[in-house]
Amino acid sequence: MSKTIVIDPITRIEGHAKISVMLDDAGEVTDTRFHVVEYRGFEKFCEGRPFTEMAGITARICGICPVSHLICAAKTGDKILAVKIPKAADKLRRLLNLGQITQSHALSFFHLSSPDFLLGWDSDPAKRNVFGLIAADPDLARAGIRLRQFGQRVIEILGGRKIHAAWTVPGGVRSPLSPDGRAWILERLPESLETAQKGLDIFKQLINGPMKEEVKVFGNFPSLFMSLVGKGGAWEHYDGHLRFTDSEGNIVQDNLSEDDYADFVGEAVEDWSYLKFPYYKALGYPDGLYRVGPLARLNNCTHIGTPKADAELREFRDYADGVPTSSFLYHYARLIEILACLEKIEEYMDDPDLMSNRCRSEAGVNELEAIGVSEAPRGTLFHHYKVDENGLLEKVNLIIATGNNNLAMNKTIKQIAQHYIHSEDIQEGFLNRVEAGIRCYDPCLSCSTHAAGQMPLDIQIYNAQGEVIRQVIRD
Amino acid sequence: MAVNTLTIDGKEIAIEAGKTILDAAKEAGVPIPTLCHMEGVHDVGACRLCIVEAEGTPKLLPACVTAATEGMVIHTQTEKLQNYRRMTVELIFAEGNHVCSICVANGNCELQDVAVDVGMDHSRFSYRFPDRGCDLSHSQFGIDHNRCIMCTRCVRVCDEVEGAHVWDVGSRGPDCFIVAGLDQPWGEVDACTSCGKCVDACPTGAIFHKGETTGEKEGDRGKMAFLTTAREKQEWTR
Repeated sequence: MSKTIVIDPITRIEGHAKISVMLDDAGEVTDTRFHVVEYRGFEKFCEGRPFTEMAGITARICGICPVSHLICAAKTGDKILAVKIPKAADKLRRLLNLGQITQSHALSFFHLSSPDFLLGWDSDPAKRNVFGLIAADPDLARAGIRLRQFGQRVIEILGGRKIHAAWTVPGGVRSPLSPDGRAWILERLPESLETAQKGLDIFKQLINGPMKEEVKVFGNFPSLFMSLVGKGGAWEHYDGHLRFTDSEGNIVQDNLSEDDYADFVGEAVEDWSYLKFPYYKALGYPDGLYRVGPLARLNNCTHIGTPKADAELREFRDYADGVPTSSFLYHYARLIEILACLEKIEEYMDDPDLMSNRCRSEAGVNELEAIGVSEAPRGTLFHHYKVDENGLLEKVNLIIATGNNNLAMNKTIKQIAQHYIHSEDIQEGFLNRVEAGIRCYDPCLSCSTHAAGQMPLDIQIYNAQGEVIRQVIRD
Repeated sequence: MAVNTLTIDGKEIAIEAGKTILDAAKEAGVPIPTLCHMEGVHDVGACRLCIVEAEGTPKLLPACVTAATEGMVIHTQTEKLQNYRRMTVELIFAEGNHVCSICVANGNCELQDVAVDVGMDHSRFSYRFPDRGCDLSHSQFGIDHNRCIMCTRCVRVCDEVEGAHVWDVGSRGPDCFIVAGLDQPWGEVDACTSCGKCVDACPTGAIFHKGETTGEKEGDRGKMAFLTTAREKQEWTR
């Protein structure tokens, strides 16, 4: 008789979701589904509000990466004002995003995922978290926490607060970098660089040793990759143009503008998830599966532009012997990006523009429709607004970074489940691996409330008639 | 000059006849929370936050519109008054759509300040979530009816200080709202001089400068009192 296993909720991710694993009579996995079970409705209740509020409103979508929405909303606002923002504002927003990517990636690697790598997939679930890591390796845990603190403090120095800093505005930013803030960043940079390098060294040892298998089965499949790239194909996180590449490293489409996103990105809906399924239109649904985020950004760029990160990028590509296609390598890409962010922050510290008070262009409503784009830590983020002549929003569409990876996340958990699960008698560690397949993408499903928590794992096994025949709850 | 003597929270105070209990309390240094009161314009007793108890009177009296009379014994901080004030603020929050986190006045809002003063940490009443709009038709300013508490300070300042009388109150009961002109888009009201006094008079983020984002409104709370003093007494310093 066929069975369905439900992992609900998925732990150590941001938001609420569950996984269903469908077994056939022989106990083999026939299908899996990654359900996002929360509904929030931001696009609807933004209607009627002034577009100038969008940074403040959409930042509330998430407490982990509010900066992504602050930046994307401000960029969309720039286009409604139809202004070119001051040079200082462009650099200050970039600095903010670098701080954001650093803290978010550090959280993903050190707080949420490293307990699996360092304590073991099959270790006691009650201790397989950041607190267990603190007990097992206090120096590493402290370093990881302080690295995240560094990124958070960069955000606070610029925006006045760590979370939901209302600092980016249509036309620029509110204030420049303070001399005290600059001094603090400079003082803490060496330690942060050291921690990022340490994380990289640890992860490289793992994927060359005990975690070779995970690289092969955690979402290892060919796909397209989408991200922003800068001038000359450089790594980009704030502006530039969109590029699609494939798993052979070929550029499928390049020099795309966010203004035309609806021409190349479609959004499918499934009745079992509140998260839409974006796809590359030219290949249709679901064949147009593409991945976004750290792995896509590193696969799409020709170079990063800072020495240490570029050296790591070369090693990353050598490791995969071409284009890295395993989603387990998202963690690797994330660590390289932390290094890149820190090096770029260091470069900015010598830039006098960041201290300039000329950081906000002012104008009225000059365009009635605008589309903004930026790279959130988790991938490409689009905001699309239509306003009336006074600037009140008439329509809002948000394509969130995590949504772009929805198809890939579903494919990843299926691959992992099919590899590890071969009977109804399933060990907890195997289910943890299925969850970890989702964690590779560091999905941000809503807000920070359960970011580093110990949410209970509820596994329910259903028979073909939909009756629960077994339930295991992990507190 | 006729003078009345009264007691407020145990303090004896002599005050010019015709002044209100609120004036007397200020003279005595006794703080009473207010929202609709604003120096420089007449009082209307709209918000009911300044209610006080007078010995010998069963009713609660709004201090801003009740004359201070000879021999009154006033109490401003009884448990009953504190409960009523907190309830009043909770009802104000429940009545409109007050979302501080994205409001232009966040951190510089008299409603927020009063909520803190009366010890409100949540509303015990269900939020009404009324369907209200936002008018950005004026070239410089906007009015968001979601944040309006119907204090009518804008109505009075526009009428009494600026003399333009752009604002009025429309409709009845819970449907009351501030109208510009004859319920026209603000930007179409010829009477408006774009002086911005209503922006400074507004205790919340309901009336604001266009383009302001979260927490950017810096309302000048003392401006109307300054203008009135300047006009009446020719005192041009603050």
